[in-house]
Amino acid sequence: MDLSTILNWLNDQLLRMVWLDNLVKWFFSEVIGIHSDTLAYSALTFFFYDVIKIFILLSVLIYISSYIQSYFTVEKTRKILSKVKGIPANIVGSLLGTITPFCSCSSIPIFIGFTKAGLPIGVTFSFLISSPLVDLASVVLLASIFGWKIALLYVLVGIILAVIGGTLITLFKMEKYVESFVYQQINGSVEESVMLTKKDRRRYSLDQLTDILKRVWKYVLIGVGIGALIHGYIPASFIEAVLGKNNPFSVVIATIVGIPMYADIFGTLPIAEALVLKGVGLGTVLAFMMAVTALSLPSLILLKKVVKTKLLVVFVSIVTVGIIIIGYLFNFITPLMGI
Amino acid sequence: MEIKVLGSGCAKCKHLLQMVEFSVKELALDANVIYVTDMISIAMSGIMNTPGLMINGKIVSTGRVPRLEEIKEMLLKG
Repeated sequence: MDLSTILNWLNDQLLRMVWLDNLVKWFFSEVIGIHSDTLAYSALTFFFYDVIKIFILLSVLIYISSYIQSYFTVEKTRKILSKVKGIPANIVGSLLGTITPFCSCSSIPIFIGFTKAGLPIGVTFSFLISSPLVDLASVVLLASIFGWKIALLYVLVGIILAVIGGTLITLFKMEKYVESFVYQQINGSVEESVMLTKKDRRRYSLDQLTDILKRVWKYVLIGVGIGALIHGYIPASFIEAVLGKNNPFSVVIATIVGIPMYADIFGTLPIAEALVLKGVGLGTVLAFMMAVTALSLPSLILLKKVVKTKLLVVFVSIVTVGIIIIGYLFNFITPLMGI
Repeated sequence: MEIKVLGSGCAKCKHLLQMVEFSVKELALDANVIYVTDMISIAMSGIMNTPGLMINGKIVSTGRVPRLEEIKEMLLKG
C-alpha cells in the first residue's frame, strides 16, 4: 500500500464515512426491510447518513476550530488589521475573517468596533464577506462531500471575492454612507488582556461547541430533510430543466433564490450534495451555497442600522455579481479538471 | 458601583448575568447590575463580541463567560 492509498482510505472512512453509509443502507434494507430501489429508501438512507455524519464532523470540527479561535479574538484581529494598509489590508482582513469567531449576529458590533478603530470600511467589508463564507468546519465538510480539490478551490474563490469586494468599496469612497453615530466617541475602551490557560481554552471550545450546535441543529435537520426530498422524490428532469447545465440562467436563478434565505452553511451543504447528485453543475450549487451564507435578509436588516441604503446596495450588488461570476467559472472549469 | 452585562439575549449572556448577580449577592456588594441587550448600545460601548462585562464603564471581559472565581475577582478589583 502506498501513501496515497492510505490517505484515500482515511479520507473515505473519516471524512466521507463510507462505513456509516454502508451501515445505514444495511439497516434500512436488512433490518427494516425496505427495498433498495424504492424512493423512500434513497430518501431515508440519505437523511440518516447525512444527519449522523454532519453531527459527528461538526462536533469534532467546532471543538478544534474554537480552540484555534481562542488565540484569534476579534480584538486581536482589529489590532493586526490596524497595522496594514491598502490592498494587503483587504487580504489580511479576508484571511482573518476565516479564522475569527463569527456569527451573523456579531456583524454590527464588529462593523462599529472596526470603524471606530479607524479601519477603512473596505477592509471591514472584506472581513464581513469572508467570515461567514469560509471557516474550518465548513471547508472540511465540503471536502467530505466533494473532495479536497473543490474544498480548496472554494476557499480560494471565497477569499478572492472578499478581497475584491472590500477593495471596490474602498475605491468607491463609501465612508460617507456610514451612519454618523458610528463615529461618535466610545465611552469605555479599556480592553481585557487576560491570559487564558489551556483549561480556559478547553472550556471556551466546549462552550462554543454547545452554543453553535444549539443554534444550527435545526438548520441541519431542515437542510438534510430538503436534501433527502430532492434526492428521493423530485424528478431529475425537473431539476435539470431549472438548474441544469443546459439552462444558461441556472447560476443566476440559484444565486437569486439563495440570497434572502437565512441558513447556516452546514444546513445548505446537504442540499448542495443532493443537487449535485441530480446532475446540477457544481458552480451552480456553489453559487447557491455562497448566496445563502454570505447574504441573508436578517443580516442585511441588521447592517441597515449602521450603513445607509446606498452602501448596502453597493455591497449586495458586488457580492451578488461576484458569486454569479464564480458560479459560471466553476461550471466551466470543473469539467475540464475532470471533477 | 455600576456593573453592565452586555449581550443580545443569547444563552451564554444570560448565564453570565446569573453568575454576576450571584457573585454580587455572595460578596454583598453595593452594586447596580444592568443587562444591556440593544445591539447598537452594546457595540457603541466598544464591545465586539458578546457576552461582555463592564465594571464602572471599563470593559473587563468579552466574547466568553469567565469562571465564577474570575468574576468575583473582577468585581472585587472594580
